[in-house]
Amino acid sequence: MVTGKSDRVFNGFVYAILIAVALMSIFPLLYVVSMSLTPYSEVVKNGGFVVIPRSLSFEAYERIFADPALGRSMLVTVFVTVVGTIVNLLLTTIAAYPLSRRNLKGRTFFLLFIVVTMLFNGGLIPTYLIVQSLGLLNTVWSLIVPGAIATFNVLVMKSFFENLPEELFESAKIDGAKEFRILWQIVLPLSVPSVMTVGLFYMVGHWNSFFSAVLYITDSDLHPLQVVIRNMLLLSQSSELQAEVTVPTAAMQMAAVIAGSLPIIAVYPFIQKHFTKGMLLGAIKG
Amino acid sequence: MASGTKAGRKLAGIWQMKALYLMLLPCLVWYFIFKYLPMYGVIISFKDYNFTDGILNSPWADPWYKYFQQFFESPYFSQLLSNTLLISLYKLVFGMFPSIVLAILFHECRISWLKRWVQTLSYMPHFLSWIIIYGISIAFLSETTGLINRWITEAGGGSIPFMNSTEWFRTVLVSTEIWKDLGWGAIIYLAAISAIDPTLYEAARVDGASRLRMIWHVTLPGIRNVITLLLILKIGNIMDAGFEQIFVFYNPRVYEVGDIIDTWVYRTGLEQMSFSLATTVGLFKSAIGFVLIIGANKLAKRWGGSIW
Repeated sequence: MVTGKSDRVFNGFVYAILIAVALMSIFPLLYVVSMSLTPYSEVVKNGGFVVIPRSLSFEAYERIFADPALGRSMLVTVFVTVVGTIVNLLLTTIAAYPLSRRNLKGRTFFLLFIVVTMLFNGGLIPTYLIVQSLGLLNTVWSLIVPGAIATFNVLVMKSFFENLPEELFESAKIDGAKEFRILWQIVLPLSVPSVMTVGLFYMVGHWNSFFSAVLYITDSDLHPLQVVIRNMLLLSQSSELQAEVTVPTAAMQMAAVIAGSLPIIAVYPFIQKHFTKGMLLGAIKG
Repeated sequence: MASGTKAGRKLAGIWQMKALYLMLLPCLVWYFIFKYLPMYGVIISFKDYNFTDGILNSPWADPWYKYFQQFFESPYFSQLLSNTLLISLYKLVFGMFPSIVLAILFHECRISWLKRWVQTLSYMPHFLSWIIIYGISIAFLSETTGLINRWITEAGGGSIPFMNSTEWFRTVLVSTEIWKDLGWGAIIYLAAISAIDPTLYEAARVDGASRLRMIWHVTLPGIRNVITLLLILKIGNIMDAGFEQIFVFYNPRVYEVGDIIDTWVYRTGLEQMSFSLATTVGLFKSAIGFVLIIGANKLAKRWGGSIW
């Protein structure tokens, strides 16, 4: 081919940028890991953290886990993530399933009822007042109940259910199955990819969430992980203003950052496929 | 059963589906409590809200637009509005372009394992929380221990307070957002590119088009609709400048350039307990956002309709 040479140049250019993007995505995390593992003595000797530490120390991790707040907050976060995701999935499914049935009377009205909330909402303060008047302030339920349903996920699941063949429901009904049974034994087993996608979105959301805790929880015993990490980071940020952040603090902060993201990073390679598939599904539907 | 009449048949139909309605009920109740009651709660914009009397019994503000007037006449009105719009706009302009380029590069990549690996790695930051990204930013941008400042000082320059200075704050916001969502944002463009008819590329090759020309004449026109659509939808959400991120990153030193409507509402409402004023500002934002989203959808439909 005539274009052979310029093609090779072009390919080389593409590969170079893609590799640069990959490095850019992963390098910051690697550097944070190496900061958290660099022994104090080495930092003093070299005048700062190095990108690849010559020796390793888990001192920073030992020190942050010696703080009872971190362990306790992990318990809170694990509880909220597990229970919250179950509640999310349950409610999302039982909302999406009836809405996916085209012959449901009043379907348009119910759909409008939930979609309107995406366009207009009462805002921060009125929502806070509702949560307060329900007595949810300073309970773990304030991290679960107010965000129990995400309308976007209901719509994703609904459109997935809609694509199941209508005959499936007919034949199940002829066999005498009731709606709950159809949902549980026929629809859900066929919808594993979509349920997984939505479930994982909810899960990551719970693990990463901090703002609802900032809003609704003042009792520090109930703070979830991200809030505790934030406090650890802010502590130094205020001392940073006086320009005297010490090296062990920096290592401990990075250890906290790793502790707070490790579960996500650990499961990420396995869930990535599903996320992408689920997203593309939603994207193509537009 | 009165199945002879029309209404009777309708009722019978509903009765047949009672299980479905039963399923839907808890969700409708949830929507009512957590979405519709707060909408009703917005009336405290027009009241002098106080704790003891609650939403219903607090006295009406005098005049009813007292808090709106207070907001519009205050100096932070223009500051909040311009911060919100500017930060949103920067993110829109500088965020979309790199994702489009990345999607095209993914499409052009002829080594499938490389493509897969880069995709996996570049989607990953999307799943990290803003707290974690704030921590990572400290590792790089901190004035004392940050890697970038160490490089600068080693090269003989003076260290720069990236995280605490008004000049750098928006740059930090925009670049961390780009880092987080570069790969993730590319997904949708990649989906659009893979939907392009491959025969178009064949035809272009037969006509002797170079790879760059194919990108220009086939790929880009092929995803023009998606780009337009996303642009319109993003403009519809321009009043949301990224609350969580800014909430994590900002501090009193950078309020001047970083305080957006949402962060201000939080501080005024929950830290200073001015519930009515904060709700008013929130309502103002919701109202503009509502108009923008409705308009954006209308535009998207019209453009989409004429193009497809």
